[in-house]
Amino acid sequence: MSEKKILLGNEAIARGAYEAGVRVSAAYPGTPSTEISEAMAKYDEVYAEWSPNEKVAAEVAIGASIAGARSMCSMKHVGVNVAADPLFTAAYAGVGGGLVVVAADDPGMYSSQNEQDSRMVARAAMIPVLEPSDSAEAKEFTKLAFALSEKYDTPVMVRSTTRLSHSQGIVELEEREEREVLPYERNTAKYVMMPVNAIKRHVVVEERMKRLAQDACTMPLNRAEYRDLSVGFITSGIPYQYVREAMPEASVLKLGLVHPLPRKLIEEFAAKVERLYIFEELEPVIEEQVKSWGIQKAVGKEIFTVQGEYSANMIRQHVPEYDGQAHPDGAGKTASGQAPLPPANVPARPPILCPGCPHRSVYTVLNRLKIHAAGDIGCYTLGAVAPLSVVDTTICMGSSISTLHGMEKARGKEYIRDWVAVIGDSTFMHTGINSLMNMVYNRSCGTVVILDNSTTGMTGHQDHAATGKTLKGEVVPAINITQLCRSLGIAHVYEVSAFDIDALTELFRRETQRDEVSVIITKAPCVLLKGVTFPNKCVPVPEKCRKCGACLRPGCPALTKNADGTITIDETMCNGCGLCEKLCPFDAIEVRPR
Amino acid sequence: MGVKNIMIVGVGGQGTLLTSRILGNLAIHAGFDVKLSEVHGMAQRGGSVVTFVRYGEEVAEPIVEEGCADVLIAFEKLEALRYLHFLKEDGVVIVNDWRIDPITVVTGAAQYPEGILDTLKAARKTVVVEATRQAVEMGAPKAFNVIVLGAAARYMGFGKEDWLHVIETTVPPRTVEVNRKAFEAGYH
Repeated sequence: MSEKKILLGNEAIARGAYEAGVRVSAAYPGTPSTEISEAMAKYDEVYAEWSPNEKVAAEVAIGASIAGARSMCSMKHVGVNVAADPLFTAAYAGVGGGLVVVAADDPGMYSSQNEQDSRMVARAAMIPVLEPSDSAEAKEFTKLAFALSEKYDTPVMVRSTTRLSHSQGIVELEEREEREVLPYERNTAKYVMMPVNAIKRHVVVEERMKRLAQDACTMPLNRAEYRDLSVGFITSGIPYQYVREAMPEASVLKLGLVHPLPRKLIEEFAAKVERLYIFEELEPVIEEQVKSWGIQKAVGKEIFTVQGEYSANMIRQHVPEYDGQAHPDGAGKTASGQAPLPPANVPARPPILCPGCPHRSVYTVLNRLKIHAAGDIGCYTLGAVAPLSVVDTTICMGSSISTLHGMEKARGKEYIRDWVAVIGDSTFMHTGINSLMNMVYNRSCGTVVILDNSTTGMTGHQDHAATGKTLKGEVVPAINITQLCRSLGIAHVYEVSAFDIDALTELFRRETQRDEVSVIITKAPCVLLKGVTFPNKCVPVPEKCRKCGACLRPGCPALTKNADGTITIDETMCNGCGLCEKLCPFDAIEVRPR
Repeated sequence: MGVKNIMIVGVGGQGTLLTSRILGNLAIHAGFDVKLSEVHGMAQRGGSVVTFVRYGEEVAEPIVEEGCADVLIAFEKLEALRYLHFLKEDGVVIVNDWRIDPITVVTGAAQYPEGILDTLKAARKTVVVEATRQAVEMGAPKAFNVIVLGAAARYMGFGKEDWLHVIETTVPPRTVEVNRKAFEAGYH
């Protein structure tokens, strides 16, 4: 008997892979893709791992596929860049067992450094792309992706977006299809991509994409819904839902396979509808191809932005044929017909470091010493904003160390005497280590601060090679970051408590002046980590308070300034880290047991 | 019935996710189609967070848009004000009378607006709940969100027994009793 359950888009993708008989799943955490692997880890039949980065994850999946098993790797959009090298060539090699790559894009950049469109990468890599539009399809399309992968001998991308990955919808659960691992046969012409073989495989890739484009015209996942023929939309993914919401009477060509495109089907649809809109978030991937076929009446980015997320209101506001009749409440408009406006003077509430966060302590010391930081990707990127204002640059995973090195090479070692690189433990294991090797090799004098909070924090606490636990929860030997750094030949490697501000001050002062690479590993677990307890709380002693504001400077959200200049500490928020107590010159804050 | 649009807003860490999951499970329990949309990742770290829940015969988009919400559940006052324009003109806001200063206010770059509750009342039907204070009195400061949910339950058309059943099957087992009490306190 089938069971209905409400699942996140990401959980539905994992469920689809499970039902398709996937054996191996690899990933590095990244919003909005993380929950795919977390859901996958709960299925006993599937081997699931956190890899150190997306390139490794993709290669693990490729290896498992060549070995004959259905396999999957999942990543956020920028992770696709890290994995691009193996993926582009995996398209040439093709697959053994079905190989699915899940790419989760982030239109609107809820938790990302850019909003690139993975469909563009997949086009460049010549990998077919499926795009589901709700949780039910997320499961169904993932299963289909494995079947297509084997039928056409190609890796297949399932593209999600934040809105799909982090929305929940009803999914019907089915049984897992147990699959035998395919017998392994040595096939160097297919799996050894040296020029003599790759030249032939490139021809295969082209033929495969042509065949797929033709077959796509009759695949049920590309579906023409003819209703009112005066307006038609070509759309896919979550934007399909916005079209259905805003103009339920309009005709829609819903594309499930967005690369390669079903040209005949699109031409047919375009000929039947009077006015044609192409409604796709981010880049005009469908639109440019459609227009290149001479379908000039198509309207897309002329009225819809390439930026951020779409909505039903966007259609209501920009499509002239929207008459408001379809929505009984005249949604998106007030009674007077105006779009509702947000109230004025509402102060922004940007994300901030948690109360008791060890990063705040380290940044407070760097700020007092007027040291700049080349930053990296993680919660600690928040050190860029006031009042900490320490981080000057953030580009991508692992970039802090190499960008600092580049600055030194551009302007000389005196220039970086008041600079450090800051990087988290998980990010260091991801790609930071490569940059550190480069610093040693090319005789840098930079100071690298590894903010070791024993987890991958921002994505919601995932383990990695230096935490001693796997995705499946098995206890394994933890890679020792200090020893790892020393093994590169770095003589000056220090471990220090993230809350020991005197030791931090001394180390930062001394090491930034050194003519060699040094590494300072600041240690304290993330306050949100399971098992971290808070025996203490910070309590103000108002009679000793001289109202200097030193305690408020790090911007801990548990502290507020009273009208008379003294402070209040919110007991429900305070984690008792004691930073404010250490900063108070008048002993007007005490750390007491809870 | 058409689709019912609910928004749950607050500050990252206040438990909007748990609350929306209770509501989602309730809608399924009642036999509706339902979609939820959540915020994960960086925005959760003490930032402004919003969760959407939509249920009815058939639900297309998973988000609630400006001018479309039937019920706005706010765990903090300023967040109620921030999302007020998402409400329909006859929508209702359920607001926890609790203030958390955003970092922009802590650093003095902005001011926390005065008289938010009056602003809300002047614009839409408003129900004020002293949820955090009640929760602290109950000895369960974290359960304030379920108190607010209890107060909002009156505007969502499900029976009290259904609410309690779903709360019991959704929250972690050891918190069932506290959450049950919290719901009753809000619903009363």
